[in-house]
Amino acid sequence: MKSEFTLKPERCKGCGICVAFCPRQVLALDTLGKVYVANHEKCIACGQCELRCPDYAIFMDKKVPKKVQRFDETTGLSITVEEVEK
Amino acid sequence: MSARLMQGNEAVAEGALLAGVRFFGGYPITPSTEIAEGMAKLLPQVGGTFIQMEDEIASMGVVLGASLAGKKVLTASSGPGISLKQELIGYAAATEIPVVIVNVQRVGPSTGQPTAPSQGDVMQARWGTHGDHSIIVLSPWSVREAFDLAVRSVNYAERFRTPVILLMDEIVGHLRESVELPAESEIEIYPRRAPKKSRAEGYEPYAPDEDLVPNIANFGEGYHIHVTGLIHDETGFPSGSPKVTRESIKRMHEKISRAADEIIDVQEEFMDDAEFAVVAFGGTSRTAYEAVLSARKRGVKVGFVRLVTIFPFADKIISELAKKIRGLLVAELNYGQIVGEVERAAKGQCAVKLCAKYDMTIFEPEEIEAAIDEMISEVDGE
Amino acid sequence: MTERSYEKFFRQNRLPHLWCPGCGNGIVMKAIVQAVEKKLGWTQDNTIIVSGIGCSSRASGYMDFDTLHTAHGRAIPFATGIKLANPKLNVIVITGDGDCTAIGGNHFIHGCRRNVDLTVILFNNNIYGMTGGQASPMTPLGKKATTAPYGSIDRPFDACKLAEAAGATYVARSTAFHVQHLTKMIEDGLDNRGFSFIEALVQCPTAYGRRNKIGEPAKMMAWMRDNAIMKSAWDKLTDDKKTGDKFPIGLFYRAETETYDEAYHHVIELAGGAK
Ligand SMILES: Cc1ncc(C[n+]2csc(CCOP(=O)(O)OP(=O)(O)O)c2C)c(N)n1
Ligand code: SF4
Ligand code: SF4
Ligand code: SF4
Ligand SMILES: [Mg+2]
Repeated sequence: MKSEFTLKPERCKGCGICVAFCPRQVLALDTLGKVYVANHEKCIACGQCELRCPDYAIFMDKKVPKKVQRFDETTGLSITVEEVEK
Repeated sequence: MSARLMQGNEAVAEGALLAGVRFFGGYPITPSTEIAEGMAKLLPQVGGTFIQMEDEIASMGVVLGASLAGKKVLTASSGPGISLKQELIGYAAATEIPVVIVNVQRVGPSTGQPTAPSQGDVMQARWGTHGDHSIIVLSPWSVREAFDLAVRSVNYAERFRTPVILLMDEIVGHLRESVELPAESEIEIYPRRAPKKSRAEGYEPYAPDEDLVPNIANFGEGYHIHVTGLIHDETGFPSGSPKVTRESIKRMHEKISRAADEIIDVQEEFMDDAEFAVVAFGGTSRTAYEAVLSARKRGVKVGFVRLVTIFPFADKIISELAKKIRGLLVAELNYGQIVGEVERAAKGQCAVKLCAKYDMTIFEPEEIEAAIDEMISEVDGE
Repeated sequence: MTERSYEKFFRQNRLPHLWCPGCGNGIVMKAIVQAVEKKLGWTQDNTIIVSGIGCSSRASGYMDFDTLHTAHGRAIPFATGIKLANPKLNVIVITGDGDCTAIGGNHFIHGCRRNVDLTVILFNNNIYGMTGGQASPMTPLGKKATTAPYGSIDRPFDACKLAEAAGATYVARSTAFHVQHLTKMIEDGLDNRGFSFIEALVQCPTAYGRRNKIGEPAKMMAWMRDNAIMKSAWDKLTDDKKTGDKFPIGLFYRAETETYDEAYHHVIELAGGAK
């Protein structure tokens, strides 16, 4: 996943703006008319949804790869690798 | 200080300045223009600001903005301009912004007689803007008093956080008299009220102090207050609650009615043995006084009652008078306005007669004196 | 999530705001606080938000500054008084198309003329939103309103041209679709010393869109995307191409002129009142 969402359902008015301008059909409205993340794996973390939400109800944070120290068994050295949470 | 020859309008400008006014916004109109002209000259000399706006609505708006930013403010106009100001006079009452509005009355309605004196805006001064609201209205009869009441108006505006109307008329506005003005050290100045709590302590801008007046912070002091003409609760934010609505309208009235005895200023002369009295205010009271003096010389037991404070109305004083005497003659330069208030306050305890004039000219003392005699014979005949 | 820094500019206890689902006002309100955030030295303590009356003017109640919700059309005179009384304050005006160009039209042109250091942001939804969809001086010809049921025959104002002709020293337009551009236009307006005017097109799905069959909020924003043309591109178009719904956005005018507050300071010096 390239992104992490924070939704504030108490603010969402179900206007559908975020749904309409998402280039990857990631978002949808539930039966109560609140936004939810329907296809998270398709998200390209472009931020269009958050940008135009008139109610500040959807927040998208890009997942920055975490730098982690790992012990490399073959060399016996400690190396730095990038790891994206799944 | 040496005596200076000046006009009533000039005295208003001087008084306001001494009381601490540092901002004036206005639009020219006869017969009030000299106040704006005076302020245009005087204010920058003390680092204050004068601005001529595009109309009287904007003139009210600009002074209310300046008042919220911490300045003591004044605006002045007449008839048509005062009508335009009404919208934001109501805003000032609702939001409790200190402001003094001078009305140098001329003949109306509409453009009327622009240069002729009148006292036809008395009830407008009280009820000109829509909705229940409270207001203070003061009316001077001399140049020196125009100065004094300008000071008092500014003080009341600040103390009660209310619009105050200094109700002049063309007679006093353009009257020239030699006056000795007091020095700044001789007059009492009411400072801008300040918050008594910090934000952290839960400051609420519209929470009333003991005198029912809120200590609203000036803009730019870090309180992040919200000011709106919508009915609001103590936080300053709009409220749709019937209780808040009732309490807010009630408090707005009571903050002034509670102090009414102090605000109400009525001058009484020759009342000890009086059987009758003339009630007047503003420029007309000058003539009324002469008429009373002249009648007294003929042995007529007539007294003189001058309303310095017009609103809140001197209900108690008039009611007490009405118990003691047989008739009140109300002399005013209009078709009959303050007479209604006098009748209401007199509660039928004595006769109330009207001496009205609305033909561009001011009263002659003889006219009022004749009206006194007429009242007496009518009452005697009853 | 990382807390959005602009959220501190909102009065959290007053949100969610009262605007309809999909109303563009919320987008512009956020753009304003994001522009303020970028301004060095502008704080919540020294920035004042002044608004008139209308849906758009309700924004002041949600913004955590000293805020003033005035009377219909009168925000600019109040703002002028605040700025002249305390020139250290930064003053922003929020207004609607009716508020600014109808009832407040006279104040608007005179504000521009005086060049008081204010930034005025007009939320243009082409309608009187708050009162339920009456025609405004910025309702396009032929569009329907409750008071123009057969389509408006009143020729509309171009508020940007009006502002420029009246003397504003910064004039720009953007839309609720072009959020980053809008924020930049506002930010540059805040930078300008003098009277800055930014027209922000906003969708009003309730009182304008529905009646004119433009439909959903997103469709109204797509219309902005499809018809707004950047000023530089617009200038290259021949007149026969500037047709239909196409309209320019961007910076239209900027000038360096002494502000009213600066000019008045000279008056004080001449009068001998300078400290
Ligand atoms: C003096 C006065 N006249 C009329 C109204 C009623 N009124 C309230 S808002 C409004 C129109 C607002 O339209 P606009 O300025 O475009 O703001 P919007 O609601 O569209 O954001 C009107 C006519 C009023 N409040 N005050
Ligand atoms: S744009 Fe905002 S308010 Fe509208 S549906 Fe999406 S999250 Fe909800
Ligand atoms: S970040 Fe972009 S792709 Fe992901 S949900 Fe939002 S709009 Fe769609
Ligand atoms: S009526 Fe229109 S402008 Fe008003 S809140 Fe609703 S959508 Fe927004
Ligand atoms: Mg509108």
